[in-house]
Amino acid sequence: MKPVAIRDLCISFGAVQVLHDVTFDVASGESFGLVGESGSGKSTVLRCMSMLQAQWTGDVIIGSQSVREMPLNARVRTVQMVFQDPYGSLHPRHSVATVLSEPLRIHGLDRQRARMEQALIDVGLPVDFLERFPHQLSGGQRQRVAIARALILEPEVLLLDEPTSALDVSVQAEILNLLARLRSEKGFTYLMVSHDLSVVDHMCDRFAVMQAGRIVEVLDRAAIPSNAATQPYARDLIAASLAYERAV
Amino acid sequence: MTDPILDIRNLSVRYRGTPDPAVRGVSFTLGRERLGIVGESGSGKSTVGRALLKLLPTAEITAERMQFEEVDLLNAPERRMLKLRGRRMSMILQDPKFSLNPIQRCGHQIAEAYRTHVRASKAEAKAKAVEMLAAVQIRDPERVYMLYPHEVSGGMGQRIMIAMMLLTDPDLVIADEPTSALDVTVRLQVLNILDALVRDHGIGLIMISHDLNLVRNFCDRVLIMYAGQVVETLDAADLDHATHPYTRGLLAAQPRIGGDRSALPVLERDASWAQTGATT
Repeated sequence: MKPVAIRDLCISFGAVQVLHDVTFDVASGESFGLVGESGSGKSTVLRCMSMLQAQWTGDVIIGSQSVREMPLNARVRTVQMVFQDPYGSLHPRHSVATVLSEPLRIHGLDRQRARMEQALIDVGLPVDFLERFPHQLSGGQRQRVAIARALILEPEVLLLDEPTSALDVSVQAEILNLLARLRSEKGFTYLMVSHDLSVVDHMCDRFAVMQAGRIVEVLDRAAIPSNAATQPYARDLIAASLAYERAV
Repeated sequence: MTDPILDIRNLSVRYRGTPDPAVRGVSFTLGRERLGIVGESGSGKSTVGRALLKLLPTAEITAERMQFEEVDLLNAPERRMLKLRGRRMSMILQDPKFSLNPIQRCGHQIAEAYRTHVRASKAEAKAKAVEMLAAVQIRDPERVYMLYPHEVSGGMGQRIMIAMMLLTDPDLVIADEPTSALDVTVRLQVLNILDALVRDHGIGLIMISHDLNLVRNFCDRVLIMYAGQVVETLDAADLDHATHPYTRGLLAAQPRIGGDRSALPVLERDASWAQTGATT
C-alpha cells in the first residue's frame, strides 16, 4: 500500500482562501483522522486529494506520484472516497449491480459478476442485493454499498468523509467494525474525517486538528484521554469532547 | 405524581396511507422535570413530540388520555391549540439554519413571537427580546437583535431559537435534537444554557435525542423507544443498569475515548421487541 504526503495545500473559492498551507504525512497502511469544527476545511482536504476540486496549489503525493500527474484511470484505482450521507450518494434509480458494474466496465476489467459478488461479500451483504435499488436498503446497508463501490476498483487509499455521522449509533458500530476489518484484511491507508473524537480514537492512529483551514496540531491518539495537546484550540476541542462524554 | 404538566396514556399515531402506526401505546407523565426520549431514527420519538403539539394534521392520533395541565389535547380545537403553541408549550427544533426565517432579522422574529401571544407595544417586545437574548448569554444582544440568520453561527442561532421559545415563559418545552447540528465545542454550552433556564423557570422539558450520553447528563428520566413503543423507562442515573437488551445494546455500541478498540458489539435485534405488549 502507499503512503500519502500533502504539501502546502492551498485553495481559494473566489476571494476566500479556504485552506492555508495544509501539510501532513500519512504512512502506508496508517489510519489518519482529520477533526475540527464545521467549516474548518476537513472535507475540502479530501476533495482536493481526490481531485473533485482541481484549482488548488501545493502537492498531494500518493506513493511516489503526484495526484495531479496521475492519469484519471490510474488515479481512481489508487484513491477512492466514501461520502457522508448514503441517502445522497447513491443514485436512486440505479440498482446496486449498476452502481458496481459501471467502474468495472469503464476500466475493462474481467470477471465482472465475480468481482461484484466479492465486493458485496467483503462488505457483509448478501449477493442477491445486486438486484436491489437504494430505496429497498436501510441506511447502514446503503453505506455498505457505497463502501463496496469504493472497493471495487481495488484502491490503496480510502478517503472517508464522516462515513457514519448520518447513521444511528447501532449502525455506526457495524460500519466502524466493517472498516476496521477491511483495513486489517487489505491493508488500506485510511484518511478519515470526523467531528466525533470518540470515533477518531476508536479508528485512527494519529489525527490532525484543523481550524479555519489550517492544521493546528497533529497528535497521536494517546493524546486524547490525557488531553496532551499543546495548542490552545486543540486543547479546547479535546476538552469539550471529554467533557461531553463524561459530562456533569 | 402530584400535579403533572402532561399526562399521556396509550398514545398511538398512524400516518395517513401507512398500514402500521408509527407510535403505539406510549404512556408517560411529566412533572416539573426533564424527560429524555431516546431511540434510533424511525423509532417514533419525534412523532411523539409532534403529536403532543398536534402538529400532525394528516395523521390519526388516538389515546385514552392526553392532558396538558387543564387542557384535554385530544379534543382541543385548533383555535385552542393556536393559543397554546408557542405560549404555554413550545418546541426547539434541530437545526437553526432551517427554523429561522432567512429574510427577517433575528430580533424581529423573537419580538414577533412575543407579540403574537402577549399584548405589547413594539418597543416593549423589543426590550423583552433583547433581555431574553442576554439571558441565553449572547454578549451583545442589541447588535445580535439586528443580525440576519445567515450572519450568526450555528450555536448562536440555536441560542436565538431557545430565547424565542422561552420568551413567553412556557410550562412545557419539547426540544427535538436541539444540539445535534452543532459542533462539540459549542454543544455543551448551549445545553447548559437551556438546562439553567429550564431549572430556573421550573419548566417541564422533553428532550428528544438519539444520543444516550446527552440524555444521561441532561435529563432526570429516560424513555427508550423502539419501533414506536416505549421498551424501557429509567432514571437517567440508572442507565448503566438498564435491563432491556435494546438499551444495553445501544450503550455498548458507542465507541468510547480510551476504549480498547476491539470490535464494537453490534446490536442483535430481536423480533419480539417490536411486538405489541412486549414492554416491561
